[in-house]
Amino acid sequence: MKFILPIILAIATVVLIGVAFVASGTVVGKTVGIEAGSAMYGLTPKASTPDQALTNLLVDVKRRNWDQAYGEISNPQVATKQSFIQAWTGSYGSLRTFSALESFEVRPMHITNDAAQMRVRLRWTTPIGPLEDVRDFHLAKVGDIWKTVWSKTDVPNVPSQIIPVTYLRWDLVSAAGDDEWGAKNIDAPHVRIISMNPLDFAEGAVVLGEVVNEDTIPAFVNVTATLVDASGNAIDEETSFDKIDHILLPKQVTPYRIDFPKVNLKNVKNVRMNVKATLVPASADPVIGVMNQKVDPDYQGKSVLRGDLLNESGQTVNIPHVIASLYDNNGKVIWVADGYVEHSLLPQTAAPFEIEIPKNMVPKVSNFHVVVNQYSMGRN
Amino acid sequence: MRRLYLNSANGFLAACLVAALAASCSAQNITVPISAVAGEPASIAITGSGKATLYILGPGISTKQEVNLGEDLKLRGDALRNAGDYHIIACSDSCHSATFYVSAAKPASLTFLVHPSRVPVAQQDAVSGVAFPFDQFHNLVFTPQTINFQLSAGNASLLNRSVNTQAGVAWFRTSSGKSAGALQVVASLNDFNARRVVQQVASDPCNLRITGQRNAQGILVQTEPVHDCSGNPVPDGTIVSFTATAASGKSTVDAPIKKGVARAQMAASGSAVISGASGVVMGNEVRVGGQP
Repeated sequence: MKFILPIILAIATVVLIGVAFVASGTVVGKTVGIEAGSAMYGLTPKASTPDQALTNLLVDVKRRNWDQAYGEISNPQVATKQSFIQAWTGSYGSLRTFSALESFEVRPMHITNDAAQMRVRLRWTTPIGPLEDVRDFHLAKVGDIWKTVWSKTDVPNVPSQIIPVTYLRWDLVSAAGDDEWGAKNIDAPHVRIISMNPLDFAEGAVVLGEVVNEDTIPAFVNVTATLVDASGNAIDEETSFDKIDHILLPKQVTPYRIDFPKVNLKNVKNVRMNVKATLVPASADPVIGVMNQKVDPDYQGKSVLRGDLLNESGQTVNIPHVIASLYDNNGKVIWVADGYVEHSLLPQTAAPFEIEIPKNMVPKVSNFHVVVNQYSMGRN
Repeated sequence: MRRLYLNSANGFLAACLVAALAASCSAQNITVPISAVAGEPASIAITGSGKATLYILGPGISTKQEVNLGEDLKLRGDALRNAGDYHIIACSDSCHSATFYVSAAKPASLTFLVHPSRVPVAQQDAVSGVAFPFDQFHNLVFTPQTINFQLSAGNASLLNRSVNTQAGVAWFRTSSGKSAGALQVVASLNDFNARRVVQQVASDPCNLRITGQRNAQGILVQTEPVHDCSGNPVPDGTIVSFTATAASGKSTVDAPIKKGVARAQMAASGSAVISGASGVVMGNEVRVGGQP
């Protein structure tokens, strides 16, 4: 009699584990997140369907179980294990090297008896916040299991070379010796807000526009906006944070955008703008060109501004950050969009970028101006 | 030069103390210096006999000591370093007070403020300077002094003007020169000089002109040497934005001027229209044909 309860509990445990193996993470038509994989390390479900095969691969990628993940592709001859890993983990200090796959969502696009095309929405955690990536995968049936057909990725390979650069920098000389009054004054750089446009947007108010450095020295710029109500009280104050190219070289123009979540523009009577500029040491390199810019629909039918970043300098740009002003046909800035490029930009190479344009802005966009902010290790 | 100087809380408290003590005392005669100078000794004579308690209240100083009435009291120079009003109160059977003013000593230094530190060339009334003479104890010298302002760029003298101080201040205002470079600004008073440097910089680019030619990588576009309207080369590092509009889309490069010229490589295979701009200044447009 005393063994009945332990036996019942043991049976129930086994049953529940079995149910978990069969049913976890699968909802009708799609597989969601890490739960779609094996519940326990070392116990990978058999890839009897394309969905399961791709899920197995992504779970192993998430766990950085590279040996197993590499074994789940059908064509290892197109990529070495090292290049396969690098395709997921990034290289050269790019944003991807600081990212981790958090979850994914698999949707079938087309499936036949021996081939399948799947679309995956990958969600990454990164130092600049969560990022989403949509990728298509092809799968093939090999024997009685499915495997992912790995697409060879072209990793930029820059040949050894010497690139002469006329290096420009600005030094600040401070008077030494006594603290004589008036002997150490150096004016802050002169910067000016050349446009400002407050907008109501999805979940709040937005203040956006452009700033120019009118001086002959570099400036570190930050824009602050204060929303004021009808009685003169400040409703909220925010800064441009990363929606601006902070370091402006002489005569350079940058877009800025300041978000005020949960603020309705109807309650705002006035907007106080404050641009702060400080003198900083800066370099005129690297020069990054923005080529072939155009507005196109993406995978999901959303409008994106896409193009190629071309690093015209001799140094690697680890994390490129693209910021774009969108203008209407009167030349007014109607939106500022930005996006990070996950892959680093090697010298003399190009990398694609795309920035999503809000749906309601698309019909109004007549022109755009793109600037590239950059973070390079050892320089920022 | 004797005057009451009560524009501070300390001065007000001192005046109240003087009034309170004097009101409770019978008359005594105190003779104070008519013109005392900071850092120099002075003497005070108090009539009467016997001993008295002497209070001295001044800018940054307050002392109390026993003195013999009827003798001259010598005040040491280091007790009178700060210019301003000093209050003397002597109390024995009765109290008596007097006030005298210590003026600044002769100028020993010159403080010179010049604004701005950078200025575009050919700007009206863009450069200003203010000079303050101080004595060796850092007292502002109110007695009129003649200060000479000299502005020079290279070997050329742009301004030589003598200005008398008013209430301890002398100033000038002038236009910036026509040539970029360091503007030396010197203020002189007797043997004292204060030197400042104002950087005269080129103004906005003028007649920005670009050229473009096709090469193996696309289109190489560059400016002609960039100058302002006074002919000064625009400083290296100034950004010129090149924009190429072609069938494949729009391409832009923000290129810094280096050695007087901004240069960029644009990726465009077909014919393209290329324009240049620097800040709010627009340049010309060039049309470059497609690859043969």
